[in-house]
Amino acid sequence: MAKLTLEDLRKMREAGKKQIDTRQTHGKEIFIVIGMGTCGIAAGAKNVLNAFIAKLDEKGISDAVVKQTGCMGLCHSEPTVEIKMPGMPDTIYGKVDAALVDQLIDDHILGKKLVSGHIIDRPAGDIMK
Amino acid sequence: MAYKHYVLVCGGTGCESSKADDIFTNLKTEVANAGLEHDVQVVKTGCFGFCEKGPIVKVLPEDAFYVEVKPSDAEEIVKETLIKGRIVKRLAYADESGKTSAVPEEIGFYQKQMRIVLRNCGLIDPEKIDEYIARDGYAALEKVLFEMTPDQVIEEMKISGLRGRGGAGFPTWMKWNFTKQVESDVKYIVCNADEGDPGAYMDRSTLEGDPHSVLEAMAIAGYTVGANQGFIYIRAEYPLAIKRLEIAMAQAREYGLLGQNILGSDFSFDIEIRLGAGAFVCGEETALLASIEGKRGMPTPKPPFPAVCGLWKKPTVINNVETWANVPVIITKGGKWFASIGTEKSSGTKVFALTGKIKNSGLVEVPMGTTLREIVYDIGGGIKGGKAFKAVQTGGPSGGVITAKMIDTPIDFDNLVAAGSMMGSGGMIVMDEDDCIIDVAKFYQEFCVEESCGKCSPCRIGTRKLYDILTKISEGKGTMEDLEQLKEIGEAMKRAALCGLGQTAPNPVLSSLHYFYDEYLEHINEKKCRAGKCKKLITYTINDNCRGCTLCARKCPVNCISGEVRQKHTIDQTKCIKCGECMKNCKFDAIEKR
Repeated sequence: MAKLTLEDLRKMREAGKKQIDTRQTHGKEIFIVIGMGTCGIAAGAKNVLNAFIAKLDEKGISDAVVKQTGCMGLCHSEPTVEIKMPGMPDTIYGKVDAALVDQLIDDHILGKKLVSGHIIDRPAGDIMK
Repeated sequence: MAYKHYVLVCGGTGCESSKADDIFTNLKTEVANAGLEHDVQVVKTGCFGFCEKGPIVKVLPEDAFYVEVKPSDAEEIVKETLIKGRIVKRLAYADESGKTSAVPEEIGFYQKQMRIVLRNCGLIDPEKIDEYIARDGYAALEKVLFEMTPDQVIEEMKISGLRGRGGAGFPTWMKWNFTKQVESDVKYIVCNADEGDPGAYMDRSTLEGDPHSVLEAMAIAGYTVGANQGFIYIRAEYPLAIKRLEIAMAQAREYGLLGQNILGSDFSFDIEIRLGAGAFVCGEETALLASIEGKRGMPTPKPPFPAVCGLWKKPTVINNVETWANVPVIITKGGKWFASIGTEKSSGTKVFALTGKIKNSGLVEVPMGTTLREIVYDIGGGIKGGKAFKAVQTGGPSGGVITAKMIDTPIDFDNLVAAGSMMGSGGMIVMDEDDCIIDVAKFYQEFCVEESCGKCSPCRIGTRKLYDILTKISEGKGTMEDLEQLKEIGEAMKRAALCGLGQTAPNPVLSSLHYFYDEYLEHINEKKCRAGKCKKLITYTINDNCRGCTLCARKCPVNCISGEVRQKHTIDQTKCIKCGECMKNCKFDAIEKR
């Protein structure tokens, strides 16, 4: 590796930043919680997770955290994704696939509009514990 | 290419000695076995600070925080957390009430902390310069070299109010300014990494977890004062820190962040490591410089101060590791930002190594002005085993005790001095009711006797005399005159000793004498040690609970317990060495300690 110039250093910093940022969880405001119970995984939650990470990376959205959770009791509509962010109600989407992920990021997260047709009611409190 | 998950494994000395290395290797193998090596990055980072519960493993982005992990747990972490996205409850931190928290924000230990010095510890891989750069590393150096004049740097440091973290709290900008103003062809920058206080390890952890922050800061100071050569004086007992520093320096040289014409500017700066043999006195700056020069590590009188006439008689800026680690952040975020943290006269944060009779021992970074109560109870989780809090020793062998009465004092440089102690490098040793204050003072004095370099008589003879008198008191042979003598010798040492070691060596004695006078009196007048630590003052006796099981007699290492089977036993006091084995083993509460 040759010696860095000022330009190189700046480029390197930018390039590495995104990756390191994903390690930090505090100060982030958007939470994307993917149901990764057996039911979710069987229905394709893994692809949804991959799609979210790829798409967030592509769009340069760095203040979002993708988290995994277990079964929410909505096995009939897996894969499920809950999006929590300021300015929007906490929303659960069901039957999510890679194509819908694009729409969720563009409309829900960036456009702050609910994506109709996939919104699922939160399970009753006693089920959620 | 972005990874989907990160597994951070603590690579500090504490966790490494609990097999963190094996955990790291096992995690890598398990990740590879699961075919996840492109999705999951396993990183070895610096100290998370929560050493009490180490080794620590953190999984991101879930933010799952696992404590006391064993190498055999790797499989479960990969299968449960990485593949299925479930928290391994068994490994999550559980507090007193049994409530588990798998997220660091929920753990009391982290709630009141603010990490500036330790900003990268437990986040980046200290052996990879790219990760440091991605965390705004070398941005401060860049800013200084291309946008700021040396005077502006000094001004920024002045606004920040940063004071030396090595103990005395001298304003850093003033040190730099003294050196800057001296005309000299050669000047030096020195990093004091000779951390010697018993129980203190914040400098070691900083170097292990974020070595580049120190290198960057030294280069910034070099540019500011006009120096081209730096030295890091570090004790040879810190092999991991040395190794990480060497890796960091090699990487920085490769990138041209150290060496000739840094980043294409006309500023050149390089750093060398000098190993110390672990003498406490070499933490004193003039002794440290003598040691770098290859001479015997002994202090010289000040003035002249090193800032004007230091290493090889050249002007030298010497700062401690923690001070250096603050510098890059001050430059990037601004002196004003830094000054807004902490108290008016002590800005910023301070890292403390919390040890002793505390539940959560570890590295703690809090804003200046945090009270001792918050540190001991909120962060430290209180005293082990529900015992009563007695005092905290701050500043190691140079400091003094802070008692329960002063537990609500906001901690900063000036308040600690006013309380008869000092900040020191930041060791905090918590004592409970089972600690005898004379025993503690004796421990520190013994340390000072061994570490005194012997150059000046107030220190060489004074520490020995203090130690002898304390020993006498602990054996129940003390007199009231001895207490007067302790004070007299102590005060004389404070005034007459050559360097900081001797001047502060009587502090533990004087402060304990001041705050725990009654305990000294008890030892002298009643020949009693309430904590039961002073062996000469305690006696073990056997009461009527004794069933004559003979267990104690068999356990006694000096065979001083006699008695027939099923008969009450007796202890021969002339032979008893007060080891307490009999009491520990007795199943019938028949042994009494007085």
